[in-house]
Amino acid sequence: MKFSIYRFDPDKDEKPYMQDYEITLEPADRMLLDALIRIKTVDDSLSLRRSCREGVCGSDAMNINGRNGLACITPVKGLREPVELRPLPGLPVIRDLIVDMTQFFKQYHSIKPYLINDDPPPETERLQSPEERAELDGLYECILCACCSTACPSFWWNPDKYVGPAGLLQAYRFLADSRDQATAERLDYLEDPYRLFRCHSIMNCTDVCPKGLNPMEAISQIKTMMTKRTI
Amino acid sequence: MVKRPVRAVTGAHYGLRDWLAQRVTAAVMAIYTLMLAGVLLVSPPQDYASFKTLFDNQWMRVASFLFLLSLFWHAWIGMRNILMDYIHAAGIRLILEILVILSLLSYAIWSVEILWIGEG
Repeated sequence: MKFSIYRFDPDKDEKPYMQDYEITLEPADRMLLDALIRIKTVDDSLSLRRSCREGVCGSDAMNINGRNGLACITPVKGLREPVELRPLPGLPVIRDLIVDMTQFFKQYHSIKPYLINDDPPPETERLQSPEERAELDGLYECILCACCSTACPSFWWNPDKYVGPAGLLQAYRFLADSRDQATAERLDYLEDPYRLFRCHSIMNCTDVCPKGLNPMEAISQIKTMMTKRTI
Repeated sequence: MVKRPVRAVTGAHYGLRDWLAQRVTAAVMAIYTLMLAGVLLVSPPQDYASFKTLFDNQWMRVASFLFLLSLFWHAWIGMRNILMDYIHAAGIRLILEILVILSLLSYAIWSVEILWIGEG
């Protein structure tokens, strides 16, 4: 199988280049990550992040034939050859397929991704009804792989100011949580032409999410909440 | 001495109204476009005189003016979005935003002139 992979080692290379590989896959090499591990047996200088190898940790997000996705849950079968692999777009490259996620996580932390509740902790848990819990479906599953935010042009142009689809999905996850008491503060923080309203609803985020989530829908929900408290 | 805030802890408190206005103005323009298309289909003006008669109707002028105001407002929000996306130097962005506002205001005044004053 043929691959064309983005290579860049800041210690050695002046600028990035694409390197071709041709390898024979074993029958067990079903996912793209398996193929990449196979390539590493030939060329161990190829760098990439990976951990759980089953679409849960979000480490091996990369641009696969022009589309962001997780290598570990992308079947090699059906991929157009040569398979062109690049690091996630819009983030600084550390080496090969590894990007610097600092900016991404800075935006994630900016929305206070934790439950804010000033009531004294109860003896057991803070209970929710099944309906209240159902509000979090489609939100809590996000693994912060950054496929969505790095597919978003608004995040490319203003990564320092726009929270991005991943951060906004998480923001809505806490806005939608019946146990959270900081709704007004969260909406105040987000009511900003850059933080929230750089979203122009082009839906790249929803298109690429490897977990099948819908960040744009979450963003629309935030806008609806804001509209309801304003009009 | 006033200490400079390290970071903005709250939002700029605007953005929602523009986002909402963009949708409302779009709806106004869509309705007007359908209305105008209907009028032109039912009784297509044959010449300049009949076209002018159509716009002699005050309601037609008011509807057209509402459409144009919606268009300019919509264009302002869209243009500022483009400038916010791509122009990162705050000074240049401000100058371009002022130019856009002045142009759109001129167009609005010009629309009044065309619809009510101009009797060419």
